[in-house]
Amino acid sequence: MDKAIITVVGKDTVGIIARVCTYLSDRNVNVLDISQTILDGFFNMMMIVDVSAAREEFGTLAEELEALGERIGVRIRCQKEDIFTTMHRV
Amino acid sequence: MLNIMEVHETNQMIEQEKLDVRTITMGINLLDCACDDVDALCANIYKKITSYAAHLVSTGEAIEREYGIPIVNKRISVTPIALVGARACKSTDDFVKVIHALDEAARAVGVNFLGGYSALVGKSMTPAEELLIRSIPQALAETERVCASVNVGSTKTGINMDAVKLMGEVVRATAEATADSDSLGCAKLVVFCNAPDDNPFMAGAFHGVTEGDAVINVGVSGPGVVKAALETARGENFEVLCETIKKTAFKITRVGQLVAQEASRRLGVPFGIIDLSLAPTPAVGDSVGEILEEIGLEQVGAPGTTAALAMLNDQVKKGGVMASSYVGGLSGAFIPVSEDKNMIDAAADGCLTIEKLEAMTCVCSVGLDMIAIPGDTTASTIAGIIADEAAIGMVNQKTTAVRVIPVIGKGVGETAEFGGLLGYAPIMPVNTKSCEAFVNRGGRIPAPIHSFKN
Repeated sequence: MDKAIITVVGKDTVGIIARVCTYLSDRNVNVLDISQTILDGFFNMMMIVDVSAAREEFGTLAEELEALGERIGVRIRCQKEDIFTTMHRV
Repeated sequence: MLNIMEVHETNQMIEQEKLDVRTITMGINLLDCACDDVDALCANIYKKITSYAAHLVSTGEAIEREYGIPIVNKRISVTPIALVGARACKSTDDFVKVIHALDEAARAVGVNFLGGYSALVGKSMTPAEELLIRSIPQALAETERVCASVNVGSTKTGINMDAVKLMGEVVRATAEATADSDSLGCAKLVVFCNAPDDNPFMAGAFHGVTEGDAVINVGVSGPGVVKAALETARGENFEVLCETIKKTAFKITRVGQLVAQEASRRLGVPFGIIDLSLAPTPAVGDSVGEILEEIGLEQVGAPGTTAALAMLNDQVKKGGVMASSYVGGLSGAFIPVSEDKNMIDAAADGCLTIEKLEAMTCVCSVGLDMIAIPGDTTASTIAGIIADEAAIGMVNQKTTAVRVIPVIGKGVGETAEFGGLLGYAPIMPVNTKSCEAFVNRGGRIPAPIHSFKN
């Protein structure tokens, strides 16, 4: 499994999760877990996804998700999981 | 499994607190390029650098994209050129040819700086080393991306005062050769004592002779992250303060370790070390001076500054060594005046003086760094400053360095502009009493008694 973390930060509107999930399913990226909360007054969502069977290069996924976020009006980041696990797990 | 708060914390560090990996530096051994003819030497050097580092920048960019962490600089360090060129270079002009080859290679692979136009003369100078040192003013004036460094002493060898005297003249001549750009050439020239072989940070990086054919060293940064963490510890005692710095340094270093391992794997080049340094930039919120102020000083330079810096430096190391198995380079807090917003302000206000900075260099890496001094400062005074700093390094068994910029045509109260990461600096007053008779004595200051450990 090749895990990545997708985060969405911004103003809550209808259909954010739907549009991100549609994009992911079109590229064969499997969603493993979703959580969301309000932090500092902003909608925060985190998805843990498996990109091992993705039909796109990882860099392309990250760039396209960022562009999708710009269209919806939120900030979307897609990062490999290791940066978080190395920082927060001994 | 990761939780949303942890992910949020990491991204907050990157987006709000300017967490970045300051540099991925590829060290390349050039000893096998040596030959009799200087043009052939230049061709060998160009070919080796451009083949080894062909994918350095693109690999760095791919890692940036995939992990979402900025990697500000991709750089190269090479074997000290005084060794590589010893056989082929018979004049200063020959060494200048070599620096042009290095500059062209750096441009070809897209790195912004290449370090290693260097000579290690801690005990004495070979003819080639002296030629290289004498070529530095012209070499740095004619090139853009190459950095020079000269090691003039060590705890084991003492201080080569002939080299110190010569470097006073060379720093001054470099300033004059680049007078039309606020003596920018001096920003690319460092004089060391106890120079490390594996430092990834410019301008003092070179690929030491103890190193292998190629290596990846990574310099991490993150003053803004430490500052933000310390805001949560206001009014707390030193134990809480130290714990906060250690935890933050650990997290920052782990990111550096990840980037270093990935870069090493993708480039097929062994991983060397992580340099745990808090490296400031002139940007707001990316300042070591600001951390010291957050610890409790009205302005950096106030009484207490040296103690606060000593503690900060120690806690950064204690947190960092747990996060990486191989820590090296300079590892500490940098205090380059022109690259640190709060230090610039403190220097302009007269709160931070060269004498206070000298005291601060006793407890942190590296030394008197990026300090603009009046353009009429004499070569012997610069040599005196270098000797003082080298003595601190020699006696305390630590790296010290001098990167001062005598800004030709400007005096105290004026400002030197270097641009980009190098920032800008108010010109600081220097004690003008003469030390000429001292630096003119010639010879060597012997190694200190506590260096005899065998």
